[in-house]
Order: sequence, then structure tokens, then C-alpha cells
Amino acid sequence: MVLDVEEGTSLGMSSERSLSGCGFNRRSFLKCALASGAALGVSEMAHPAAGMSAATEQQKQDDSRFIVEAKFYQKLPNRKIKCKLCPRECTVGDRERGYCGVRENRGGTYYTLVHSRVCAAHVDPVEKKPLFHYLPGSLAFSLATAGCNVNCKFCQNWDISQSRPEQLPAHYAPPQRVAQLAKQYACPTIAYTYSEPVVFSEYLMDTADAGHQAGIRSIVVSNGYMQEEALKAAYGKMDAVKIDLKAFSEKYYRDVVTGQLKPVLDTLVTLRKMGKWTEIVYLVLPGMNDGDAEFRGLAQWIKSNLGPDVPLHFTQFHPEYLLKNLPITPVPTLERAKAIADAEGLHYVYIGNVPGHPAQNTYCPKCRHMLVERAGFTANQMLIRKDGCCPFCRHPIPGIWHV
Amino acid sequence: MNTSHIASRRNFLKQALSGAAVLSTGSGTKLLADVEQRPAQAKLRVVVAHDALLRSAGSTVDSQRILALLDRAMQSLYDRDRPLEAWRKLVRPGELVGVKVNTLGGRGISSNPQLVAAICERLQQAGIKAGDIVVWDRDTDELERAGFHVAEGGNRVQCYGTDRVDYEQDLVAYGSVGSRLSKILTQRSDVLINVPVLKDHDGAGVTIALKNMYGVIHNPNKYHPNGCNPYVADLNMLPEIRTRMRLTICDATTAMYEGGPAFKPEHSWECNSLLVSQDPVALDYTGWQIIERKRAEHGLKTLETEQRAPSYIATAADAQHRLGINDPRKISTVEI
Ligand SMILES: [Zn+2]
Repeated sequence: MVLDVEEGTSLGMSSERSLSGCGFNRRSFLKCALASGAALGVSEMAHPAAGMSAATEQQKQDDSRFIVEAKFYQKLPNRKIKCKLCPRECTVGDRERGYCGVRENRGGTYYTLVHSRVCAAHVDPVEKKPLFHYLPGSLAFSLATAGCNVNCKFCQNWDISQSRPEQLPAHYAPPQRVAQLAKQYACPTIAYTYSEPVVFSEYLMDTADAGHQAGIRSIVVSNGYMQEEALKAAYGKMDAVKIDLKAFSEKYYRDVVTGQLKPVLDTLVTLRKMGKWTEIVYLVLPGMNDGDAEFRGLAQWIKSNLGPDVPLHFTQFHPEYLLKNLPITPVPTLERAKAIADAEGLHYVYIGNVPGHPAQNTYCPKCRHMLVERAGFTANQMLIRKDGCCPFCRHPIPGIWHV
Repeated sequence: MNTSHIASRRNFLKQALSGAAVLSTGSGTKLLADVEQRPAQAKLRVVVAHDALLRSAGSTVDSQRILALLDRAMQSLYDRDRPLEAWRKLVRPGELVGVKVNTLGGRGISSNPQLVAAICERLQQAGIKAGDIVVWDRDTDELERAGFHVAEGGNRVQCYGTDRVDYEQDLVAYGSVGSRLSKILTQRSDVLINVPVLKDHDGAGVTIALKNMYGVIHNPNKYHPNGCNPYVADLNMLPEIRTRMRLTICDATTAMYEGGPAFKPEHSWECNSLLVSQDPVALDYTGWQIIERKRAEHGLKTLETEQRAPSYIATAADAQHRLGINDPRKISTVEI
């Protein structure tokens, strides 16, 4: 990991125990939180040495700087509000919070409690997000706040996603500071990731603006469980989007995710209409969302609604959180998923979280030459031309390939 | 049960009715006085203790009268002639006792500090050291706003929120629930006395004993969909909660029949009662019916009609959970 204090490195390439969408237990998270102080690199953000309760006390005194009126909500009678950020549409009474735990009604006005309240920050290769058709081999200054608008039973980052902001050590990182740090760490991109950026949309929007002013791009790693207006406003500012499509069944979304599939599919269609570069990750859970019919239905839906060029990553599950009883996804299951999606005519189907698997590489769909070779989270070879075409057959390869 | 006790306190236990009877009666009326008076075992009993003169000048709860009301309730629940005999059935010297209050409603509708002081007084007289008692909720500031005096350290009754000590790092899970528990529960409470309030809840229907456990976990916001069902029941199944839970003393001095969970003065009433039981399910069922009666008095629809009946109560009683009894024919409600 880039800023792993335990390893004593300050900046380098990733280690095995990575952060992005991947696993880190609470212990490593706390280390990461410390490291993020280093990443944020300024004394006022340094993690208080006095331990967690002291940190909480300190945060309480400084809470006001994190609290900004929310953008997407509607006022109701009796000082209630209806949140319009995600499809849950939480109706929230005075002094209560929404499902995400990071938005609070105070006297009939709804506030985000996590603006500039960063609980994790790292410099990651963009391949860790994963985005494979976006500036291969480049780094992303990656950050998260507490909170999530769903509760996936397999969440790898539940330590932060399922916590309230006051329960986590945090650092004050206003948008301009993030842009400055991204530049300092030679990151052409800021990534909003780890927890669920839907719930910190206001911060994401302001940081994207600050980044763009400084010549830094923005990408988001999200569940896509969002209302259309908020989606257009917030992710409209992104240069690329990765959506975790967690299954292709409403039942799974209800039982395992505590959400709904339909709004996520709507999000994918909207992103397509917006012309936003989007990649899809599908985490395959053994016995839960790994049927042939589901893979086929997914591939067919993508092809007919988004087109064959959307990269689809089938990634390996590792037991975590509330599904520790499940085994790791067998590689043949992932290969079966890929074979089905390939057969349905999708052009860029990848296998993720399996180091060294040939399906991590990008191949030209026309001449079959390998164009991007990946090992772990690094891109070893990148042959795609400046004009985005295959150097062998000139077939255009969709994506954002060069800065 | 010693029947001579029942006989000797016939005048004390003014009435012992089935739950169903209580449901159909107005507060204080005794429409089913001809029903056989048959106090059940303490475990199946819900004592509803009432004192019309609970409040002194203004509307402040009188500390002596609330102590007396608490004593009557405890004696009735445990079939004891003296209050300390009841408390000694509940706790043993050397135990750490956590008193989980509910302070989300501010001064308007939170667990009453005078009631909690009375509980702590009796606990100490029953042999618990002051410093071994902790009055707690999620947040220290909320405790203060509700009128509690924060105290940490020293040989006095402790009072602070989980924010002071954090939640356990490890996750505990049952059914739909996976959460981190307050260290006050896991490390400072051998015994849990649940002191919730009695109020309407826009999502869950009512919030009384079972739902008060939302205040012991780090992620309660995750468990409000579907009227909190089955989350409330699953949460109360966590062994760390279930094995500690000994008694619920529901503060119904002020209660709320509509507009909850935030305090709405226009929908609250001075109920001047305590509900006491070892069975949180039976207590919740009984409290729910009290709220329904009040709603009917005000011409409001039932929670069922409003499609927010507290379905988690039945779940808590089902074969998978067995946290208590929700069958009104089996609950022995004792009004005193
Ligand atoms: Zn080619």
C-alpha cells in the first residue's frame, strides 16, 4: 500500500494488502487512517496521538467545519425533510439521520456531516478501482468519508461504510487541499471510493471542481444507487465512473444489498446517455449471484442497453463482514461468467482480483492482439495509440487512454 | 408462587387481568373485574403502576412519589412485601449494572432522571456499589440535554455515553443484524436494566423496550427499513444483549401517542405510569396497546390502519426468536 506506515514507505507502488474496493480489516484500516494523515500531509490533519476517544472529542469541537447544507432534499411540514439523493427517499424528522448515517435534519434543514471529513486517503493505481480503460498505469489520489446508502452483507470496507462519521478518526481535507495534494503526489486523478460516494456527493462535487481548476480529473467508484437529478449533477462532474452492479436480480439486491436493482440499471443507462465513460464491476458470490442465466441476462442487458464496449469486470469474492461462511469464488466460476458474457458479444470482459489471470489484460476485439498487459494492479505494457486505436489493426478501443 | 403472598396483597394488587382485558379497557377502568384474578409467574407478568398524583407543582415528577411508585411496581412484579427484597432478586452485590436509558427525545420525552435516581438508590441499597452502576445511552451530550449529570470515575454512580468509550471493534451478528456493541454494554454491564420511554414511532409503530437496544450499537440507522422488522428482534437476540437483559422499567410518566420519535408536546400526555416486566416482548405489547387506546381517545386511526403496526413484536415472539410472549391471553397484566 502506498502510504503504509508499517512498511515505512512514503510513496511507492501497491503492496498485497490493498485498500481499493478490496479488503482491509479494522486494524489495517486504523493504520490506514494514520497513514492517511500522512497522505494528507499537514499537521492540522495529523491523527491525534491520544487514541480514538480523544479523537472523537476533538472532532466534536470541530464538527462545524464538516457540516454543510445538503443539496438534494425537499422540506416537508413539521420540520421533516425528504432526502432526494438516493432511491430510499428517507423521510427524516428533526434531529434524526437518514439511512446513510451521515446526513442529519437540524430544525428542518438537512445537512451533510461529512463535507471535507476524510476517514481514508491513499494514493492507488487506477487499476485498483478497477478502471481498466482509463489512464492505465496512472495514480489516483483516493479518498472516502464515512457512510453508505446500502448495507451489503459482503462489504469489504464495512468499518467505514457502515459507521457514522463521529465514530471514525477523520481529517479535515477541504477541496482545494485535496487538489493540491493530488498534484503533489503526481496523481492526475482524484478518486472518490472505498465507502459510498453517493452519500458525500456535495464534497465530491466541490472537490471535482477544485480538481478541474487545478488540472486534475475525477473518477468515482459507486453503487450507482442514486436519483437521476443527483446523479446528473454529481457524477456529471466525473471524468469516469465505475459502477458496482452487485447482481442481476432484485431478490439479491433486497436480501444481500438492502437496495434495489432497477435504479442502478437506470443509473447505467443515464450515464450512457450522458456520454460518461463507465465500467461495471460484478462481484461474484458463490451460490448467490453466479447462475448461468443471471450472467447471460446481465450480458444481454448490457449489450442492448449500453452497447458491447462497456468493460465488465467479474471479480473474485473474499469472505468478509456478514458472509464469512462463503468460500472464495472459484476461478472456474469467474471464467464461466466471462465465457458467457463473451459469447453474448461483449467486447471487454475482465476477471478481477485474480492476480496473473490472462483475463486481466486488454485485447483488441478485432485482431485479438494484447494491447494492455496488467500484473496485479500495475500496467506493464500499454500499446494503444494516442488516437485510441489498436496499433495492429487500427480498430478504435473505447476509453480514456492518454492524459 | 406462594399463594399466601397473593392473598396477603389482594388489596395491593388491585387487579390482575389478562392482557386482552387491559387492551379493551380505558385507563383506570375495570371492565373485566369479574375475570378470575390470577397473577401469573413473574416472568409472564407486566406490571402497570400508576400514580395520578405523581407530579408536584408545575408538572415536575415528584422524586419521592416516583420512588414509591417504583417500589410498588417492583414489589408487585416480584411478589415481595418490601422493595429491597425485590431488588435483591434482581441483582447481587459485586455485579456491574448498566441502566440503559433513552435520551433521544431531549427534556421533552426521555427517561426521567428522578426515576433513574430512584432505581440507582434502590440498587445501592440492594448492595451494588455506586461506582458499579452506569447510567448510559449512545451520546454524552444527549444525556446532558435530557437532564442527566455526567459522571465518570470516582465512587459515584457513573453516567456517560458510548462516545466516551467507543464500540467494540469486532462485529457481532444475528440474522439481519451485524453491529459493533457499546463497550459500556460489553465491559461495564454484567446486568442490563432497560429504562426506555413509551412513544409512537413513525417508522416502527412504537418504540419501547426492544427498540431501545438500537442505542447500544454503532449503526442503528441501518435497521429502520420495513418498520424495523426483523431488525429489532434480531438485535435483541445477540447473546451479549440477551444474557444481560434482566428487567425493563419503562418510563411512561410522559408518553407519546403520535408524531414520534422526536418530542411533540401536542401529541404527548402525562401518563404518570411505569411499566415493569422481565419480558420485553410482553411489555412492548402492553405498551403498544396503551398507545392504541390513547390514539383512539384522540380519534386517530390504529397503527395497523396506518400500516405501521409494530410487527417486530410478533417477530420477537416467534419460534426463531422466543424473546418473550406477545399473546395477550398469556400475558398477565397487573394494574396497580
Ligand atoms: Zn486490433
